[in-house]
Amino acid sequence: MTASILTVDDSPSLRMAIRIALTGAGYAVTEAGDGVEGLAAANAAKFDLIITDLNMPNMDGLTMIRELRKDPAQCGTPIIFLTTESDDAMKQQAKAAGATGWLVKPFVPEQLIKVSRKVLGR
Amino acid sequence: MIGQDPIAAFRVEAGELLEQIEQGLLDLGHRLDDRDLVDAVFRGLHTLKGSGAMFGFDALANFTHHCETAFDRVRKGLAPATQELVAVILSAQDHMRALVDGDGKGLEATGDAILARLQAAIDGAAGTPVAAVAEAPAQGWRLFFRLPPEAMANGSNPLMLLDELRELGECKIVARTDAIPPLTDLVPVECHIGWDVELRGDISRDDIDDVFIFVMDDMELKIEALAPEPAVETVSLPVAANDAPPPAEANPASGRPAAKAGESVRVPAERLDELMDRVGELVIVQSRLSQLAHGSAVGSEMALRSISEEIERLASELRDTMMVLRMVPVATLFGRFRRLVHDLARDTGKTIDLVTEGEATEVDKTVMERLADPMVHLIRNSCDHGLETPEERIAAGKPASGQVRLSAHQQGGEVVITIRDDGRGIDRERVRAKAEAQGLIQPGQVLADQELLQMIFHPGFSTAAAVTNLSGRGVGMDVVKRTIESLRGAIDIKSAPGEGSTVTLRIPLTLAIIDGLLVRVGEGRYVIPLAAVEECIELSLEDDLRSRGRSFITLRERLVPFLRLREMFETGTRPDPHQKIVVIATGAERVGLVVDQIIGSHQTVIKSMSALHRDVTTFAGATILGDGGVALILDVVQLVTLGQHQEERLRAAG
Repeated sequence: MTASILTVDDSPSLRMAIRIALTGAGYAVTEAGDGVEGLAAANAAKFDLIITDLNMPNMDGLTMIRELRKDPAQCGTPIIFLTTESDDAMKQQAKAAGATGWLVKPFVPEQLIKVSRKVLGR
Repeated sequence: MIGQDPIAAFRVEAGELLEQIEQGLLDLGHRLDDRDLVDAVFRGLHTLKGSGAMFGFDALANFTHHCETAFDRVRKGLAPATQELVAVILSAQDHMRALVDGDGKGLEATGDAILARLQAAIDGAAGTPVAAVAEAPAQGWRLFFRLPPEAMANGSNPLMLLDELRELGECKIVARTDAIPPLTDLVPVECHIGWDVELRGDISRDDIDDVFIFVMDDMELKIEALAPEPAVETVSLPVAANDAPPPAEANPASGRPAAKAGESVRVPAERLDELMDRVGELVIVQSRLSQLAHGSAVGSEMALRSISEEIERLASELRDTMMVLRMVPVATLFGRFRRLVHDLARDTGKTIDLVTEGEATEVDKTVMERLADPMVHLIRNSCDHGLETPEERIAAGKPASGQVRLSAHQQGGEVVITIRDDGRGIDRERVRAKAEAQGLIQPGQVLADQELLQMIFHPGFSTAAAVTNLSGRGVGMDVVKRTIESLRGAIDIKSAPGEGSTVTLRIPLTLAIIDGLLVRVGEGRYVIPLAAVEECIELSLEDDLRSRGRSFITLRERLVPFLRLREMFETGTRPDPHQKIVVIATGAERVGLVVDQIIGSHQTVIKSMSALHRDVTTFAGATILGDGGVALILDVVQLVTLGQHQEERLRAAG
């Protein structure tokens, strides 16, 4: 069965790039534009992996990760966040919030696919 | 989704990033030790490099990489931020823009030149030794790991980690269950098992670290090599070639391609919500209407009327909301000029402060884009002609640094933008001499001060004694005036000798909808933009007959030429007994338009003419009337010019 991935990012071009990379690797991708949309999407359907940006309008990635982890249904769902090298403090915060792993921006499609394979195991 | 082309989306975003970088650099130029600014610029470069690589802009990614490396040294305190560095990165930023917009062909030399300057700017940083770890081939590793208890709930699966280790090489795994709590204390989602692993093969330490990368910080992990420890050696990584040719100094302000990212607008979400609300209401009213259409006729007239009123309200609200969606704050426009002023100050050797006011004022996106070029001209004029050199200023008793002040505010349906400098003001004598030399006025002709100033808007007029790099090529003010008028705006200039000049631009808030005066000529209906209408007077039959041949009326002791639209449009109808003259004006010039009937004011949604009709100059567009008919919108600027020609012909005839 195809793994389904939810990507949450406020940058349309980045979402597009992620979608192209992941669908190319055979994953099914759903997109959301910010934390609020991401949370709604995660509640509406079960995803095998959630990839989220941290800096977003309305609800940032951190808050969304905390909200997701409060929900028993999301226990164990891998959550990858996108961060920049310089944001080490942010990385720690996101991990404390319950994120599984991260991907340092900028990244090439291969890295994204590699990380997805790593946490999905397929 | 805005569009399906990631490259186009990247270009838009890259444009924004470059803008951010530029702003950061300009601020940094003033506050060299501001860490936040250094970080901000670094982040911008970093993101640009990364996204560039992601979207296949390899030349951009490579080039940006060098700038990022240089900036990283500043960020880490290894090199100081200097004016030279800021200047080099600014020109590098222009180069990046070129790389974003094009395919990077033929730009390598420019890039190399900039990199050489960059190299010089971070002085002697070439060949900085960077310690690198060279790995000796390992026999294998012995490791023990235990995940933090919450790891599984947070999405890490220990079984997958073990699978990854197995993929690295020959693997012997033994589970340690000693830390598992008794059943009563056991939390099902917590993992307390640890694993001893013996890995054999040519595996680097990095490969193992990669497996545990996400859990590394909190987990228990012991790794022992089954082979000797890797040795440390030193290699040098030159940042860029040092023997590159001397930099070709491009003029950054003029060499910069115009922004092409005009096709998308960023809209705050709450404005979209507002629009959605209106659309929702419209749907409700629509369902009421269809219910009425299918239902019984009892009392339907009242209901229909209330629905009609409802729709009218919604339509006007939708229109207002929609217009607001197209609005962007002028801050983005003003922001671009900081770089311009910075470059101008450098090139002219003047000290120039740019002050901006009312940046939150919003203007239609299209209007704003078309305003950029004329404003560049005006600001150049202020900096180049208006402001004096520091010595001259001090001699005149003014502060050494000149000031250019940009301000914007909304006034009714218009946005007023002023560009003010505190320079020497416009030299009337020189304007007069030039106008006489060009034959625009007779020698000794008496002109009002304002009329004299208007001379600078004539084509081919430039008072710059010396043609500098920046301005004074004789194109400029007339183009500025034409552009502003094509936006249905007006330009006005004031100048006090020794105190400076002020140019005021008045621009309508939007181009999409105007207030118009609906008139009838023969059988056709036409719209005249209301903002241009000065007054309406009656043309009596006698006056009409008397003025045959010379179409002028005397309006408050001034001759105003008029055009008979009925004849111009060759309607072939008889004139109405009570014809009207609508007097329209642009700037100081007026012309009357003879129409058969004035119908009234009309909210006009402008539709542009098709490509086929692009050559038709008398009309600016078309609109659809309430009854479904089409009315053409008259082009005021064109008609006034036409009328003025008529006046000149008459004057020439004596």
